[in-house]
Order: sequence, then structure tokens, then C-alpha cells
Amino acid sequence: MKAALAALLCGALFGIGLAIARMTDPTVVIGFLDVFGDFDPTLAFVLIGATLTTAVTFHFVTRRSRPIMAGEFQLPATRTIDLPLILGAAIFGVGWGLAGYCPGPALVASGAGIETALLFVPAMVAGAIAHRIVAARSNRSKESTGHEGPDS
Amino acid sequence: MNSWLVALLGGTLIGLSAAGLLLFNGRIAGVSGIVNGLTRRSSGTEWAWRAAFVAGLVGAGGLSMHLLHQTTASPANLPVLLLAGVLVGFGTSLGSGCTSGHGVCGLGRFSLRSLAAVLMFMASAIVTVWLTHHLFRGAA
Repeated sequence: MKAALAALLCGALFGIGLAIARMTDPTVVIGFLDVFGDFDPTLAFVLIGATLTTAVTFHFVTRRSRPIMAGEFQLPATRTIDLPLILGAAIFGVGWGLAGYCPGPALVASGAGIETALLFVPAMVAGAIAHRIVAARSNRSKESTGHEGPDS
Repeated sequence: MNSWLVALLGGTLIGLSAAGLLLFNGRIAGVSGIVNGLTRRSSGTEWAWRAAFVAGLVGAGGLSMHLLHQTTASPANLPVLLLAGVLVGFGTSLGSGCTSGHGVCGLGRFSLRSLAAVLMFMASAIVTVWLTHHLFRGAA
């Protein structure tokens, strides 16, 4: 219960940050991606602020033996740069560029009742489920170990 | 306030949120991964923290957008919007992460795997915007 409350507050802070950063405005996002046109570099400062903060804080957090409200840290174990990673990132990038939404901001905008986000989010969930069905089917036919890392 | 200072502040809040989720719950704040976990069968406590994170994100984020008078929709038309959603969902599931998991958290952990993913989705998104907004203007 306490752990869920902590997650709720973290989610809230994440959403507030995305809105303040204007990641939730698809035209700002597309402006950032439009490096060969009407380039708006403002969002680079979002990435700088976020990654500098995680780089410093993660260092101290992971020095603890365990998290405050869970048994252990669950960090992605996969280290290999493989085809699913690169292909998945490439496919994600096309969708991001087409709509100007990545998963977090799309969810936030759906919470604000923005119609395009309310349409985008179910399509996004359907896409993820479609991938899992495809992956499960190919794993069954290949009986392979699979190269899917933990979701991050 | 200066727009890049506001962006820096927003980014810092996102980073602090990711730090909080790691400190308290021991988990990486990757939105695509957290949402995907909700559609899988899992234990009650596992489902609870994921649902709580998403509820906070949608609730507080949506409220913030109202307070900041943000109403801008995506410029994509309906078929493109739905296609984009499917691609984002499929791609982040296949590639095990999105802007938050690979970007904010992965880069903060100095993960080369995440750096490769970030460079790939940035490049792919930049090319997509160039194609749709310049080469084939008006198609999307």
C-alpha cells in the first residue's frame, strides 16, 4: 500500500514535469525533431535536466543495499545491443515523429482530455499487445531463448 | 521565465520522479514498460504500483496541462494518428523502452544499450519529420 502511494506520487511528479517541460505539446515536440526546418532546441534542455538529475541521484540510490519499499532493485539485466532493440527504437521513432507523442506525454494529454491523445493511447496499447502476441508466437515456433530484455 | 529554464525545470522534475521510483520502489521509470506490465498477468502488488504510477501521471499531468492552459492537439490526421500509436506501442515493446526508460533512466545509468536506442529513435523521428514536413509536405 505504501509502495503504491510512493509510485502514485512519483507518477504525479513525472506528469507535472512533462507538462511544465511542454513535452505534452506535440507541436513543440515536432519542432524539436524538425532539425532540417523550423528547429526549436528548447526540449534539449528537458533531456539535459532529466539525465543530469538521474545520473547524480541514481549513483547514490543504487549504493543502498535495497530500495525503501521493495525487496530489491530491479534493473534491466540485458546489456547487448541487438536487432530487436535497434528495430524497435526505429519503429518507435517513426510513430513519435508522425504524431509528436511518446508514451508518457500521450498519457498525460489523455488525462487533460485532449482528443488526439485519447485516440492515440488505445492504439499504442494495441500496438504493444500486438508485439507481445507476435513475439510469443515466434518464440513458440523457434523454441529459442528469446532476446527480449526486461522492459525499461 | 526563460523558456529553456522552464524546460530545464521540467526535466529536473522528471529526473527526480525517476530517482524517487528507484529509491522507494526499486524500479526504472519507463512509461512504456510500466504500462505494458499492466496488460500482463501479474501479482496484486506488482499491478498496484504500476497502476498507481499511471494514475498519478495521468491525473496530476492532466491537471497541470489545464492549469498551464495547454490545449494543443497532435497535427496528425486520424489514420496517421492511429498508425503512429500502433508504431509507438509496437516499437517500444520490441525495443524494451521509450524516451523515459532508455532516455531519462538509461542515459542516467550510463547504459550503452540505452544510448544506442536513444540515438536510433531520435534519428528515426528526425527523418520521419523531415519526410512528412518537407519532402512530402501535407501527407501527414
